[in-house]
This record gives sequence, structure tokens and C-alpha cells, in this order.
Amino acid sequence: MCLGIPGRIVRWIEREDPLARAEVEFDGVRRVCHMACVTEAQEGDYVIVHAGVAISRVDPEEAKRIFEDLAALGGDDGWKRGQS
Amino acid sequence: MNHDEQATWQRHCPVPVPLDGERITLAHGEGGRVMRKFIRESIVSSLGDEVLHSMGDATHLPQIDGRLAFTTDSFVVSPLFFPGGNIGSLSVYGTVNDLAVSGARPLYLALSLILEEGLPLAIVDRVLESVAQAAVATSARIVTGDTKVVPRGMADGLFINTTGVGQLIGPVPPGPSSLCEGDELIVTGPIGQHGIAVMCAREELSLEPPPQSDSGSLVRVAVLLREQLGTRLRTMRDATRGGVTAVLHEWAEASQHTLTISQADIPISPSVRGACELLGLDPLHVANEGTLVAAVEQGFADLALRALHSCPESVGAARIGRVEQRGFAPVTIRRTLGPDQPLDDPTGAPLPRIC
Amino acid sequence: MKYLDEYRDPIAARKLLAEIRRCATRPWTLMEVCGGQTHGLLRHGIDVELEDTVELIHGPGCPVCVTPSEAIDFAQQLAMTDDVILTSFGDMLRVPGSGRSLLDVRASGGRVRTVYSPLDAVDLAKRHPQEEVVFFAVGFETTAPATALAVKQAARDGVDNFSLLVAHVRVQPAMEAIVQLPDNRVQAFLAAGHVCTVMGYESYEPFVDTHKLPVVVTGFEPLDLLDGILAAVRQLESGEARVENQYGRSARREGNIAAQDIVHEVYECSDREWRGFGVIPRGGLRLRDEWGRFDARQRFPAGIALPIVESTLCRSADVLAGRIKPTECSAFGTSCTPESPLGAPMVSSEGACAAYMSYRPRRQPQTT
Repeated sequence: MCLGIPGRIVRWIEREDPLARAEVEFDGVRRVCHMACVTEAQEGDYVIVHAGVAISRVDPEEAKRIFEDLAALGGDDGWKRGQS
Repeated sequence: MNHDEQATWQRHCPVPVPLDGERITLAHGEGGRVMRKFIRESIVSSLGDEVLHSMGDATHLPQIDGRLAFTTDSFVVSPLFFPGGNIGSLSVYGTVNDLAVSGARPLYLALSLILEEGLPLAIVDRVLESVAQAAVATSARIVTGDTKVVPRGMADGLFINTTGVGQLIGPVPPGPSSLCEGDELIVTGPIGQHGIAVMCAREELSLEPPPQSDSGSLVRVAVLLREQLGTRLRTMRDATRGGVTAVLHEWAEASQHTLTISQADIPISPSVRGACELLGLDPLHVANEGTLVAAVEQGFADLALRALHSCPESVGAARIGRVEQRGFAPVTIRRTLGPDQPLDDPTGAPLPRIC
Repeated sequence: MKYLDEYRDPIAARKLLAEIRRCATRPWTLMEVCGGQTHGLLRHGIDVELEDTVELIHGPGCPVCVTPSEAIDFAQQLAMTDDVILTSFGDMLRVPGSGRSLLDVRASGGRVRTVYSPLDAVDLAKRHPQEEVVFFAVGFETTAPATALAVKQAARDGVDNFSLLVAHVRVQPAMEAIVQLPDNRVQAFLAAGHVCTVMGYESYEPFVDTHKLPVVVTGFEPLDLLDGILAAVRQLESGEARVENQYGRSARREGNIAAQDIVHEVYECSDREWRGFGVIPRGGLRLRDEWGRFDARQRFPAGIALPIVESTLCRSADVLAGRIKPTECSAFGTSCTPESPLGAPMVSSEGACAAYMSYRPRRQPQTT
């Protein structure tokens, strides 16, 4: 289970509160989410939100890794086999 | 009915309702002076059609040439007011759209109100104002109606039934059983807006800006498609409950073909996209109230789309798929990887989920 | 949407598929633990693409499915109690207990509301001070921080008409239970990316040392799933067994310490019955004694437990343990459907059997 969706922090609300909250944007909508587990995140950062609670800050460097690995795989992009 | 749900119209009503303002009582439906005054001063005057002023038992209508289309629909929506519409406009558009997609020009509507005792009159007025505006926008006349009041707790504020009569204008689209291999599938706008708007309002999901319903008239869109395509238009259907998925499954069953669509081609607004990702919903399963699906003969989708893009109600129209010989599933969808996957036909209304 | 759309890129997905096919010299058997992963694999047809390369068997990772009937029955009883509003995630509403589902109970007058977040249930309790609001807390470790925060919020704001019916389950004990089955066929695990986001994956290191099975922390989008499968296949082909993290953009080795602290403050581990599976030692969470006033079990008297009769036709235990595919069960799609499920994996849309009903219906004979 565990639907977790990345959203962008638009602004903090009550950041110093132990039950901190922030407004987070998911494409065309924003929602106030609980931030107690990711107090280090900054406005503009992306967080993974599950059931209204941010459970991690998305690491932009780690997010690129899969595409770097793919580039290292070289030429065969699997297109032909995928099509056949 | 519990207090919690009883209060939904109070929580969502955009009209400032004075607590000491006049409310619906059982007397408003009991046939006496109070009822006559209510019908005359609140209902007839809001709706403004002169035939209603006679307040007779039945309305006499002029002769109509040719075949008729006749339909009825009941509207229950919680909350009564939602971003982009309310139960009043919805009850007119819903029935008028059913007439329009069946190939008819909407003419007359009957409007029945079932009111819950205690409902503020200000809300009734606001709903009727929307009914009147929607009727004008669709050129359908409300020519008869009825009002009943039920004791508190027996209805969720207000239910509406509308029944509509339209004149069939040839050529009438032959219907889903006529679908052939190669036919192209079109939606007339971004999908899922009504269902998401109502769910967000009802479940108080606190999304900002609140997603807006697409509730609106499909009369012009339907006329445009018929004028442009004539007999090349196989069938059309407004994608209400069950969303686009339900329409596709019905057509697949009627035609015994497979309908296949491509995820990448389906128009979705950013707010529906965000809300659906967050709530774990598939916008294909979510209701629309101003968006239709059309099937056109192979090679005519571009003509249809050019026409649709010239009309404000359908600027977001897109080709989403085609009709193929019956394969392993009635409806399939092409997602990221390529091989078509069955598109499931879900049971019941979508619920927000976390799994 | 950033961090979603790029992981659904078809060209990159084909490249990964080709690489998996190139690497695999023999068919390997992998288990994805999380129901969200099962859905992603079937929804995108990854299982079909890799049919001859990798066998994907579906783990027990649907917490809604494994919630015991007894807890669902108790939730229904609460929903029918005067002045109680029962809240839960939408997933839980269609799941039948020993008889009815919460949706059925709502239809017969019970007060059941879906919420997106457990913290919304606390707000509901604030708005209804004369009522008791109970949140039916289901979910893996991923969801536990949210329900723990709800309790903390209620305590801080003095909301004493809020309580939890806790049915949280823990993933790793279930994985232990699976590998200890005598007929276990799992050769590598795709661990649940969001559970690991909260709990970390350090605790899998002794698991891997003991069982010599690769564990790859894996995300949920098509590229994530393919990337996780590729990493597992590479380990298997080279005879390695280690913990590898392919979901680094969210999951870290130590997990989310702040989230763990919140969970540990509120909950402790306990033995827990998994529906279709039996009791799993330390397989669940319960409220610590100091939070007992927020425990719906303490606040409301238990009713008479209804006898639980699970179907004899249903082979859900075999499905949950990965012994058979849902379609191999004789009840699948005939006497057991999402409308009238016989067993746990058919009850929630995230369950393996329900996923097969949606995406792998028994092929209809070609009409020519």
C-alpha cells in the first residue's frame, strides 16, 4: 500500500511548531500537509506526501540516478524488442 | 439521516443564510394558502415562464412535428452547492444533455422539487435562480412542475427530478451498436472535473483552489458534431456517473468490439490530475457533467475536432482512441509500456484511498 | 508532475526491459511486497512483458486486505453506536468483515465518513464536540506516523472525543514469515519503498545475511519497478545477496528518524492476526499504555464477537504467501469477485486477486 505523491512546498505554516504544517502543491491543487517528519525541507523542495503527512524530502541528486544509469547502458534502447 | 449529513447544505452553501430567515415547513407542501403563495412567489416568479402562471394541473403545449425524445432524471447531490454549479443548474443540464446527445433539440422540461422541512427559503431561491439561468442558456422551457415537502431527516435538503421533451432532428446518430472497426473516439473536454469537484467539497478535502465542476450545457457541442459529421457521427453520450470508462464499456458491450484508448491522449486539467494522484483515483472513472464522448467514422476525427475547437464548451476536445475488433478485453488502454491493458470497470463510486 | 512523469517515460522503460531480458539467463522468482507495486506491475503490463524472464509473485502487502474480520466487525459496531462517527480511509469502506462492509453499515444508518488524512478526523472531532470520532487506523509503517501525529494533535489540543481503532501492521515480520514457509519460492524481494522511507532498510541487513536473499528497496512508478527488478536480477545472476536501494530519492538507510520517533512515542510492536495468514509475531502495532485514553478498544465496550467463517474454497493464504497466482484459485472470478469477495486479497482494490480481476481477467474466448 502506501500511496505517496511528490508535491512542492509552497510556503511553511507554523514551521517552529512540533506539529508543523506547510502548503504543498500537487500539479493544479494545493493542500496543507503535516511536516513534523521533514522539518529540514525548504520552500521549493519536493516532499513525498502520504495521508496528508510528508514522509520524506525528495533528494534531487538521487532522483537523477536512474537516468544516469540508463545513459550508461548505451545504445540499445529496447525499442525494437518492445515493438516486435 | 444523521445530524452530520443533515448539515451538509449548511456547510457548503455560498449564500449567507440568516438563521432566523424563513424556512420550508410542511405547510409549504400541503396544498393550502402557504403552498400557493410559495409556488407563486418563489417558484413561478423565479422561473419566469408565462405558461406556469396559470398553475393548472397540466400544461397544454403546441403541436410538434416529427418524432420526439423523452427522458427523465433525478438529481441528488451532496453538497447542494459545489464549485462550478449547484443542484439546480445540474438538474437542467443533466436532462437537456441527455436529450442533446440522443439527437434531439431540447424543448420542454418538467421540474419536481422534493424539499426537506427546515431548508431555508434563501437556498430554494438560489437553486431556482440557477434552474432559470440554465433553462435560458439551453433554450429549454420549464412548463410544468411539482413541489413536495418531506419531514426533516427524510431528504438531504433538496432533491430535484427533471423530465424533458425534445424534437428529434435528422439524421439521428445510429447508436453504439453501429460502431465499426476503425471508428475514432473523441472526448469534448478535460475529464473528471465534476466528480472531483463534488468529492472535494463533500469530503472536505481542503484542496486549493477548489476543483471546479464542468457542469454545463452540451447542446451546442452536440449540434455542432451533428452538423459537421451528419451520418459519420455514430453515437455520442455524456460521460456522467462512472465517467468515460462506463461509456466505453457500454459501447463495447453494445457493439461487441474492443474500444482502445491511449493514456497519453486523454485531456486532464492540472487540478484534476493533482487531485487524482493525491487521492489515488483514475480520472477515467470519475463523473463529468458537461463532457461527452463521441464515436465518429474513421478519418473524420480531424473534422470533428476542428469544429469542436471552435466552440468554447469544447476547446479541450481530443481524440482518445479507436474501435477495434473484439480482442481479449472489452476496453483496453495503452499506458507507459505499450502493450494494451484491460481498462477495468470499477464497482461503485470512486473513494479516496491511500493504498 | 515532477518526480512522477519522468518515471513513466516509455523509451526509458523499454530500455530497462531490454536490459532485464539481457541480464537474466534463467527465470527468477521475485516477490514485490507492497500492494501498490503489485498494482503498478499489472497496470502497466510489466508482468506480461517479462513473462519468460522473471516471475513476479505478489506479496501480502495490502494492509486493508489483512485487517482481521474481527476489527472490521468492531468498527461496524462503533459506526452503529449512538453519537459515534467512524472515520477511515476510503480503501477500508468496501472491505467486508464477517458479513457486511462499512459501506453497507452506512447504508443502514451507521455514521461512516471517509477522510484523506487521520488529522482530518481530529478536525472533525473538534467540529463535533458532542460526538465521539473514531479513526480506524489501518496501514503499514508508512501510515503509522500520520495516525500517531493525529493522537499527538488531539492530546495537545485537548480533543478528548477522538480515538483510534488501531489495526496497523508491520511488513518485515510478514517477509520473515514468508521465507520460513517450507515451500517458499521467493528468490529476491522488492521491498516497499514507502515503508522503507519511514523505517529505513538497515533492519533488512541481518535478514539478508540470514536468508541469503537479495532485498531491493523499490519505488512505485514503472521505471522504479523495472529498475528494482533489474537490480534484483543482477544480484541473483552474480550470486550476490545484499540490500540495495533503488528508491534513493525518498528512502534512506536509516529511514526518517523524526517519523520513527513519533511512531515509537505512540506505538509499540505487538503480535497481530493477519487475515488469511494467521498470527504474525510482532506483526502489528498497538498504542502504548500512556496513550490508552485514545484507544477505541478501551473507550468502547467490545460487542459480542461474531463467529468468523472464512471460505473453504478461498485459497487466499496461498496467494498471500506467493504459492499460487490468483487465477489458479478455482473460486477466482466465479464465486469470488470484488462485489462478493471470499477472501482477503479480493476485498480491497489493492489486493492481488482484485488487481488480477481488474487487469488480468480470464481471457474471453475469441468470437469469430
